[in-house]
Amino acid sequence: MADSSNELTRPVKRLGDRIFSGTALGAGVLILVTLAGVGLFLTIEGLPGFTADSSATQPADNFVGLAGPLVFGTVLSATLALMLAVPLAVGVALFISHYAPRRLSQGLGYLVDLLAAVPSVVYGLWGIIFLAPKLVPIYRWLENNVGWIPFFSGPTLASGRNMATVAVVLAVMILPIITAICREIFLQTPTLHEEAALALGATRWEMIRMAVFPYGRSGIVSAAMLGLGRALGETLAVTLVLSPAILYSFNFIGAQNPSTIASNIALQFPEASGLEVSVLIATGLVLFLITFVVNFAARAVVNRRSEFSGAN
Amino acid sequence: MTPPTQTLKQRPGADGPRGSGPLNTQDQALHTRTLPRFAPLGLLAAATAVSVGISLALGWNRAAMVVVAAILYLVAINLVSRSVENGRRATDRTVTGLVTIAFLIALLPLTTLLYTVLSNGLGALSGEFFSASMRNIIGEGGGIYHAIWGTLIVTGLATLMSVPIGVFTAIYLVEYGKGALARWITFLVDVMTGIPSIVAGLFAYALFVLFLGPGVRSGFGGAVALSVLMVPVVVRATEEMLKLVPNELREASYALGVPRWRTIVKVVLRTASAGIATGVTLAVARVIGETAPLLVIAGSTDSVNFNPFDGRMATLPVFTFYAYSEPGVPAEFSVERAWGAALVLILIVLVLNLIARLISRAYSPKTGR
Amino acid sequence: MIKTPLHRRTAAPLAAAVALGLGLSACSASNEESSGGSSESGSSSSSELSGTLSGAGSSAQEAAMAGWRKGFQEMHPDVTVNYDPVGSGGGREQFIAGESLGFAGSDAFLEGDELKKAQKRCGGDVVEIPAYVSPIAVIFNLPDVSELNLKPETIAGIFAGEITNWNDEAIAADNPDADLPDLDINPVHRSDESGTTDNFTSYLDATAPDIWTVGNIEVWPGKLGGEGADGTSGVVQSVQSGEGSIGYADASQAGDLGTASVGVGEEFVSYTPEAAAKVLEASSQTEGRGETDLAYDLARDTTESGVYPIVLVSYQIACPEYSDPKQAELTKAFLEFAISKEGQAASADSAGSAPIPSSVAEKAQTALDAIKTS
Repeated sequence: MADSSNELTRPVKRLGDRIFSGTALGAGVLILVTLAGVGLFLTIEGLPGFTADSSATQPADNFVGLAGPLVFGTVLSATLALMLAVPLAVGVALFISHYAPRRLSQGLGYLVDLLAAVPSVVYGLWGIIFLAPKLVPIYRWLENNVGWIPFFSGPTLASGRNMATVAVVLAVMILPIITAICREIFLQTPTLHEEAALALGATRWEMIRMAVFPYGRSGIVSAAMLGLGRALGETLAVTLVLSPAILYSFNFIGAQNPSTIASNIALQFPEASGLEVSVLIATGLVLFLITFVVNFAARAVVNRRSEFSGAN
Repeated sequence: MTPPTQTLKQRPGADGPRGSGPLNTQDQALHTRTLPRFAPLGLLAAATAVSVGISLALGWNRAAMVVVAAILYLVAINLVSRSVENGRRATDRTVTGLVTIAFLIALLPLTTLLYTVLSNGLGALSGEFFSASMRNIIGEGGGIYHAIWGTLIVTGLATLMSVPIGVFTAIYLVEYGKGALARWITFLVDVMTGIPSIVAGLFAYALFVLFLGPGVRSGFGGAVALSVLMVPVVVRATEEMLKLVPNELREASYALGVPRWRTIVKVVLRTASAGIATGVTLAVARVIGETAPLLVIAGSTDSVNFNPFDGRMATLPVFTFYAYSEPGVPAEFSVERAWGAALVLILIVLVLNLIARLISRAYSPKTGR
Repeated sequence: MIKTPLHRRTAAPLAAAVALGLGLSACSASNEESSGGSSESGSSSSSELSGTLSGAGSSAQEAAMAGWRKGFQEMHPDVTVNYDPVGSGGGREQFIAGESLGFAGSDAFLEGDELKKAQKRCGGDVVEIPAYVSPIAVIFNLPDVSELNLKPETIAGIFAGEITNWNDEAIAADNPDADLPDLDINPVHRSDESGTTDNFTSYLDATAPDIWTVGNIEVWPGKLGGEGADGTSGVVQSVQSGEGSIGYADASQAGDLGTASVGVGEEFVSYTPEAAAKVLEASSQTEGRGETDLAYDLARDTTESGVYPIVLVSYQIACPEYSDPKQAELTKAFLEFAISKEGQAASADSAGSAPIPSSVAEKAQTALDAIKTS
């Protein structure tokens, strides 16, 4: 019954094995099918939207006029959020993994994880009711003092609905995921590397630079990309916090900010019908493609880096 | 493999060189002078005092005061350390300050958020709030009983679907998978992690529209949408845990003549189970607060609905959203209920997290950190 | 069989969660049980109605629906009425698609293709009645100004971004007594697609077409500027948070904010439910429709005295015939309740709507009589 020549090194194949491996394979294939289904459906349902006329792409004239600014706003808000969140997350992760007293570190990690437990609606409510008004004085100051920089030309809204607030809220939302991954990676730095660095007389910071960062670099990149993915697709927090419009603008604290794809869907979907739905689904497809590309890029980066860093 | 790491690290507050004298030959002295232990605290106090002084003089608010104090401290500790110790130490101390500040900044949103939710939502909690639905309620009163059930049912179904799929996929990837298919699955699971939640909702909506006609709403649809979001998280978490299981364990089991599948079930999964349970619970915590997909496919109702296959089903996040954005007259009761529901949602997630950690601690084999 | 620790461990939190749920109370919600019990003593036993009625459509109607459903369900404890605020377009779409819906709520009456399809679905004329009239208030936040008169042209100028300061002559001319500050105007609009925006711009389009050049729109175009906020609550919150802000929102949500009196003819009318309801009386029915199809061309530009012209009128759409007699019966009874005095009072309570004028209610009742019940 033994089926192969190297039966000594392999366990014997039995019925249970076949069923079990078949189930495992099936589960994997199911994921492929699901993903294909998502892409396929979005394409089928969204296809008419790409060629829709101005009646369905209000307030833009055609699909490109609508989707262009939305893509711009989506990428802009997510990028800003990432720029805020990554340095902070690395700092927090370092604090938990290498600075905080060992007895406390797990509890502190848990505290940051709590941020991930907060639903996005609540972030939206918090963002518009608590955070935005608190940030308005800063925006006013920026507008009055460095308003010549196009980013800060204003005018500031008293409610604080603008791209900068969205970026802060998104940054807070993606902070825990980035922190959690970075922390795990930092904790996995080989002890020998760290001890070797310290034994050479390195200060703690030098040890981190020499031992921890090189080891964790690919992890940081993939954490950031995961965060970026979240920020790109975040819906309700943006919906509640942004004062949106369909336009291109680098003015972060102005009254009119480029809307994001997900937020636009949430805003328009409830009242949409017919071709409008197709247009929204088509923008959803665009969002799907963007996240696809981001993940593709992230994997490419991680794979390349991992060869040098020795991770995995 | 990591446990001894921490013990060898220097402890905060014990920043002194203590034998770790620099080998850098540019430092002539074998012992550089070091700042006394109380120096950072002292400088911090001084920076705070100066900042308070300036703030009082110029009439700044508290936020500006704290920011100025932090900057003053960083500059001061750098300069003092640079003059007394050396440049490398100065950098080290500055980074220590920066990292600590980063952590404190991260706590800000957490505390203010919890405060906002608690102060707004605590008043809504009452016996009625937990035992009543919103059927025939206008203005004051009513509760979230229906939404709690909806959330439990939808999330429970999503978990029931995602865990087997996710765990088996991870088993395939780690134990069986080789070649192009496994690479593709790994890659696409990554892509799936990035699926925006609203796209998952649209997908579920379209899927059910196809079979059940337009305007379909059901709790099961919501569960499908959540599964799309949950599966990749479960796969990832399980994969990581399975990879951590030492090969020696598998080989030992094979050596005893145990079939492969039993080895996986009895040895590999058992060893990884605590980690998987933690991963699953965190995945639940991730999707339980999802609003956008449920808004699209599960809809909202004001009555209890126990049947996930028929009709719309209220869930806590959607309830929160609608109670805030469509408050009715007068608005304040509804807004209070929105905060109350948000608070309950956060509490449920916290409890889930806590349970996961307790399980993980109770069951985790000796290898735990 | 395969009792892995995995199963045990994932089961534990689930079990705990379920136990938590069960611990809350027995199976159904406390108020749902009691509503069945109390109504037996409360309302008359004359109710023979039972079953479930489903409607969908306009989200603007949702609050009113809550009032109607409460009233109706208390009268008929065995009836459940569901209303799904999927939006007017979605409601019409679902209504046309089949008999899953007894009725649809829509902020706009059926037109063109949709009307034909709906007639096909109904196998004849459509029953369409205005049941919900909601005044839209122009809300503002100015420190020392409690009353504000605004002509349509001025409102259009403000929201089109042409009048940018509160001390503008156009505003001052209509408000000689007000102490208008030198303050930038921050116009706030809905960022989501909404019937409120639709009706507000329809008003501007009708009364000040020279200044309001973008026509009747549902989504705010970026070129007009101004702040966008999500939903009525978002607009109200934005206007509250900034002095100098002005916005439009369901009058019932205006709260402490000032509401502008709107220029009609030579006078200025502040919103009251009665003044809003008069719009329907001042308007004429759309021509060329069946007797049961009460579509109104709203006279936004009316000059009639005492009419508040910025209103949202929302319709209920139903069929004269249903294949399921029970659905016909329930639909008819529910819509009759909605347009009745009690029904209109209920929606006024729950949504702050204006009661439909009795002349319109009579016509609506006649239309509903056409619904055949076995």
